[in-house]
Amino acid sequence: MSGRIRQLIVGDAQADRVVPPSGFTAHLTLFVAAAMAFLAVFALALSLASGRLADRWADELARAATLRINAPADQRAAQTQAALTVLAQTPGVASARALTAEEQAALLAPWFGAELPLDSLPVPQLIEVLETETGYDAEGLRLRLQAEVPGAVLDDHSRWRKPLVDAARSLRRLGLFSILLIGGAMAGMITLAANAALAANAQVIEVLRLVGAQDDYIAHAFVRRFTLRALAGCSVGVALGMIGVWLMPAASEEGGFLTGLGFVSWGWLMPLAIPLLGALVAFVATSRAAKKRLGDLT
Amino acid sequence: MIELDNVGYNYGGGELLTNVSAQLAPGSFHFLTGPSGAGKTTLLKLCYGALSPTSGRVRAFNMDVKGLDRDQMAMLRRRVGVVHQDCRFLDHLPVVENIALPLTVSGKDLAQEQANLRDLMDWVGLSERADAKPPELSGGERQRAALARAVILSPEVVIADEPTGNVDWEMSQRLLQLLVELNRMGKTILVATHDLALIRAAKNQVQTRVLRISDKRLQLAGADL
Repeated sequence: MSGRIRQLIVGDAQADRVVPPSGFTAHLTLFVAAAMAFLAVFALALSLASGRLADRWADELARAATLRINAPADQRAAQTQAALTVLAQTPGVASARALTAEEQAALLAPWFGAELPLDSLPVPQLIEVLETETGYDAEGLRLRLQAEVPGAVLDDHSRWRKPLVDAARSLRRLGLFSILLIGGAMAGMITLAANAALAANAQVIEVLRLVGAQDDYIAHAFVRRFTLRALAGCSVGVALGMIGVWLMPAASEEGGFLTGLGFVSWGWLMPLAIPLLGALVAFVATSRAAKKRLGDLT
Repeated sequence: MIELDNVGYNYGGGELLTNVSAQLAPGSFHFLTGPSGAGKTTLLKLCYGALSPTSGRVRAFNMDVKGLDRDQMAMLRRRVGVVHQDCRFLDHLPVVENIALPLTVSGKDLAQEQANLRDLMDWVGLSERADAKPPELSGGERQRAALARAVILSPEVVIADEPTGNVDWEMSQRLLQLLVELNRMGKTILVATHDLALIRAAKNQVQTRVLRISDKRLQLAGADL
């Protein structure tokens, strides 16, 4: 196998000339490989970004909850203090703190602007709750709060966290599945192109057999050509795809998910594997096509 | 060397050859003659394994040709040089590369074979045409190039199908001379031809046997040739 790969890379200038250059299949293979690699880069970027998002959401939200104090203004401080006391006594709660007015204003700023007069609005007090590794009994805490802090509403984020994380993970799976589909489509197109080239060169194959060429030699001439074309096409497609991803806006708080659709640190190395995988796909597809075609030819 | 034992061949139901037996001894020179469509080309193809007999057995170098796998068949083709009537070149390659094709496909180092290749090009008189493409060659040049390609691996047997079919008398004599020289080097020669003058000319230079296909059978031709 290693000998075949070495032979594939090093090649034989004389043997390469035996099969005539064929414009149509050459261009088709190059174009398909480049287009598929370009799409694969974006699918990979989507998949990686979704994965990052799912991990971040899961991490950030998994051990956090919010307690909302919906009390009249004159009771808000007392109920906030009572809630903090209850939380301090609850097993599984690592820490609890009331958000400052500035922090609450910052949360509302994207909707109401920075100059929000928070004091004049009936905005509930928010308490950030962080749980320990073991977690707390949410139902028990709710019952106790109901009795001791009537205006308190516990939101442990699980209600809306899970679908979000599931969606992000689905998106990641979709991206990976897209890469598989792209690989399969590329294999199909290259098989068609290889079959067309083999059919167009039936007379060449006949002459080669006439002078004593073994099927491996004939197949190798085609396989090497298609593999190198796929490698070249994929390299171009990956380069263009990476430039496209690089030109996308950087991740920002304002942009949210869409602007984070790129590669991060070592993730930039991953697309570089696409040309090698593309060449491998072409190698396998052309080898199979050549073996079948040469077997069919008598 | 090559032996046909009660060989029969059917083309899609029609019987072309029946009970054909012959033996090509090492160093012999055979002509195969007969009317057009009698089965001369088919018989040659049976000899080098391009066709399988529908009955009987063809043995080449003590191997049953029918039982050979593709790789073994490729090895057989390296031991039997074939000159087709239509020559069959790779038109995108220059003549010298077409002649060197058996070397290329058998993995020989062309750099080490340059001297032999040059000698062979001189022998067939194509040194000046080495870089021409096959479609640029005349009929005689094509036949000589095909002969050079057939013998470059120094095969034990050379089979030629109507090598003088598309050339003038002078060129046919030149080709005959090359075949006679090969035979004198110890090669076994089998030439299919309907050119009786060529056979007579050969008989004056070398010991030959003439086989004739007639009524689907192979016969030894008489002294009338």
